[in-house]
Amino acid sequence: MALATSLPPAQSHRLGAEALPIAMFLLLVTIPILAPLAGGGYLLSFSARVMIFAIAAVALDLLVGYCGLISFGHAAFIGLGAYAVGILSAHGISEALMSLPVAIAVAALFAFLTGLVCMRTSGVYFIMITLAFGQMAFFTASSLAPYGGDDGLTIATRNTIAGLSVLNNERVFYYVVFGCLLGCYVFCRALVASRFGRVVRGAKENPVRIATIGFDVYRFQLTIYIIAGALAGLSGFLLANATEFVSPAYMSWQRSGELIVMVLLGGLGSLNGAIIGTAAYLLAEEWLSGFTEHWKVIFGPALVLVVLFARGGLIGLAAALVRGRRHA
Amino acid sequence: MSAGLVIVQILNGLQLGVLLFLIAAGLTLVFGVMDFINLAHGAQYMLGAYLAVAFFALTDSFLMALVLALAAALAFGLALEFLVFRHLYGRDHLDHVIATFGILLFINHGVKLIWGAAPLSLPMPDLLSGSVRLMDGLLYPVWRLVVIASGLATAAFLYLLVVHTRTGMLVRAGASNARMVSALGVDIRRLFMIVFGFGAMLAGFAGIMVAPILSVDPGMGDTVLILAFVVIVIGGIGSIRGAFVAALLIGLVDTLGRSFSVDILRLIMGPSSARTVGPALASMSIYLLMAVVLYVRPTGLFPAKAR
Amino acid sequence: MPDPVLRLENLRKNFGGLIVTSDVNFDVMPGELHAVIGPNGAGKTTLINQISGLVAPDGGRILFAGHDITALPAHARARLGMARSFQMSSIVPSFSALENVALAVQSRAGSSFRLFGRAAAEASLNEQAMAALADVGLAERVRAPAEQLSHGEKRALELAIAIAAGPKLLLLDEPTAGTGREETARLVALLHRLKRRFPMVLVEHDMTAVFALADRISVLLYGRVLATGRPHEVRANPQVVAAYLGDEME
Repeated sequence: MALATSLPPAQSHRLGAEALPIAMFLLLVTIPILAPLAGGGYLLSFSARVMIFAIAAVALDLLVGYCGLISFGHAAFIGLGAYAVGILSAHGISEALMSLPVAIAVAALFAFLTGLVCMRTSGVYFIMITLAFGQMAFFTASSLAPYGGDDGLTIATRNTIAGLSVLNNERVFYYVVFGCLLGCYVFCRALVASRFGRVVRGAKENPVRIATIGFDVYRFQLTIYIIAGALAGLSGFLLANATEFVSPAYMSWQRSGELIVMVLLGGLGSLNGAIIGTAAYLLAEEWLSGFTEHWKVIFGPALVLVVLFARGGLIGLAAALVRGRRHA
Repeated sequence: MSAGLVIVQILNGLQLGVLLFLIAAGLTLVFGVMDFINLAHGAQYMLGAYLAVAFFALTDSFLMALVLALAAALAFGLALEFLVFRHLYGRDHLDHVIATFGILLFINHGVKLIWGAAPLSLPMPDLLSGSVRLMDGLLYPVWRLVVIASGLATAAFLYLLVVHTRTGMLVRAGASNARMVSALGVDIRRLFMIVFGFGAMLAGFAGIMVAPILSVDPGMGDTVLILAFVVIVIGGIGSIRGAFVAALLIGLVDTLGRSFSVDILRLIMGPSSARTVGPALASMSIYLLMAVVLYVRPTGLFPAKAR
Repeated sequence: MPDPVLRLENLRKNFGGLIVTSDVNFDVMPGELHAVIGPNGAGKTTLINQISGLVAPDGGRILFAGHDITALPAHARARLGMARSFQMSSIVPSFSALENVALAVQSRAGSSFRLFGRAAAEASLNEQAMAALADVGLAERVRAPAEQLSHGEKRALELAIAIAAGPKLLLLDEPTAGTGREETARLVALLHRLKRRFPMVLVEHDMTAVFALADRISVLLYGRVLATGRPHEVRANPQVVAAYLGDEME
């Protein structure tokens, strides 16, 4: 008997469920080949930047889109991962096999410790306390005088992998980032469809019911919070290597806000949306700041319009268009 | 660490406290009554300061600048409510966060566009620009005392309004259970508008009063916003009393922490470690306080909503 | 005499100055359906909430399957085998009916801290869920998103979720709330079929249902138990008739 399976929310948008991510990743994988034809090294580094933030955005979508946990301190995990690279480098340790686990572990530990408190709250209180913890990380980084404080810290060179300086090659770096994004995406897709994922998705809509069925919602939410933090730590590791620089600004609450915008812009609760939204946001930033340095004066009201009229983000818009054409 | 210095810092802490209260009061009411998260509230405070600077340039009188800036701040707040916010009541908190974040970006960068990024200043009224002698060798600026006094007076006024007027009662009821109030036939839209406008005015007032002491720059709203959120979360959303207690607490903890953290830490660690750890710990202190409070009381000290 | 599945000893609860549960002694024997009736505001739902762990009592003890569960959180009680339905349907709206029930099965079928493997494809979970849905008459509607079910179907889904994992005790809070006459009759027939499989506490307003199903009835008034006994005893009790049943018996 073929049983119906209930798909995670966004796939009911019916955009040929797997066509979108396949197309996205195909595009991303071919960019280094296309690059010499259009934009050169700049396109390559921009795309890498998009993918790096997309990893953090996908992790954030787990929290916001699938669990209803509006974390306003997500940038802190990116910053912690980045600072792990920076601080280790300042002490002469420039090996990815050391820095990467440390970056992820630090971010995960911070997520665990702060999560213990955060998960006891809900709603507005949750937003505020994640914001507060993000600020704590920000201020701590700003006061680290030996590591640049407010001004930040330059990193001498990108990490080596098992002693090999492969990451200095832009193409190799690009594909490493690509691999991380793909791995993160596949992992999160599996997570969402798993037993664990089903519990947290249920808890988003009806936590009381989930508890009375027998699940300790606190433990489940804490776990996914740690996972999301760890993934963002990975993003920070890659960011530090990409820019060869770390600064407290990586952890500002404005950055956390921008991450939430990226996820919403693409479409919540779909993981694909997180990647699309990140690309859209960074593209808009590039394009609009070409006109004026005050581009946010335009972007701000545009955000308001998105919230009022295009709540489902770009994926939602596309789905509505497809539906509209079918009925026409 | 002399007694005089301690007194000065306590007064500074009170000043920051009443400032935070003026901002937090509007924020907590808007949350409490309309369940609306307003990230742009700090920008309202900043606008008050910038408008005061602008009107002072026009009129050369602090008093005129104060009155006009208050009116303009109120008008702007009401316009925001009418154009954007009232379409978002009842929606998911995430929608509020993103929309008000957009407004925040708009105001922050709009201010930069109009007035530039360099800090501006507003001179205080001549009459009140001196210092007063609190005790031997201890001078304290009159204007700061004026700020403290006006903050406390506003708190008292708010208390009277909220406890002894019909509108105030409706606001308190709304903070507890907005749907019930609406079901009782009260024009809830007008109530919301009044709450919002009043809150915006209070924030603007804070901006105007503090402008002579601080520098008026495009980042001033953001710092104060976070503090205000910490205040209302610790105080309990929807509770003015909670906002008052928490605001004073945070003003004092933050100010005294920053001034004396190194000295206090020197009691338990060496001077150079105290000097590195001190400032970091001081800036974190209020967030640690918030974490502790929320761990013990996940809905703040005096939550308005019945559990 | 066998031990009761559930026993409440001197249970007390105040909300502010209001006494909602007043020295309640109550038990459920194996295989029994013990109904709780009383006027609105008598504290019936609060009682269920205290038993299932959503509200903490101010005094007294709750014993379930031999354990003192008074301090246990709701999810731990569910793990011990306590299941409940809610007066206002409490489901996961965007999940299908099948997924709602499969999730309930999942909670008692090994660890849910599995991060891999498609939960929706787990045959054993789905089979058990299908069985529960068939029991309540929703076999045709398993694919439907729960939010699209009719009111009566949602009440049935509530029951399916409750029975899915083979509970040791069912707490049913007004399962016929808001349903029309036909639907109510169907639910009563269903409850009759379920009666011997699980001991139940049934809170109900519908007196026909109560007298058709109950082995024992407790009458709650202003938070205290006015009377407990077999249906015919309770029906004849003058205090009960005066306080509550007089009009209800029409």
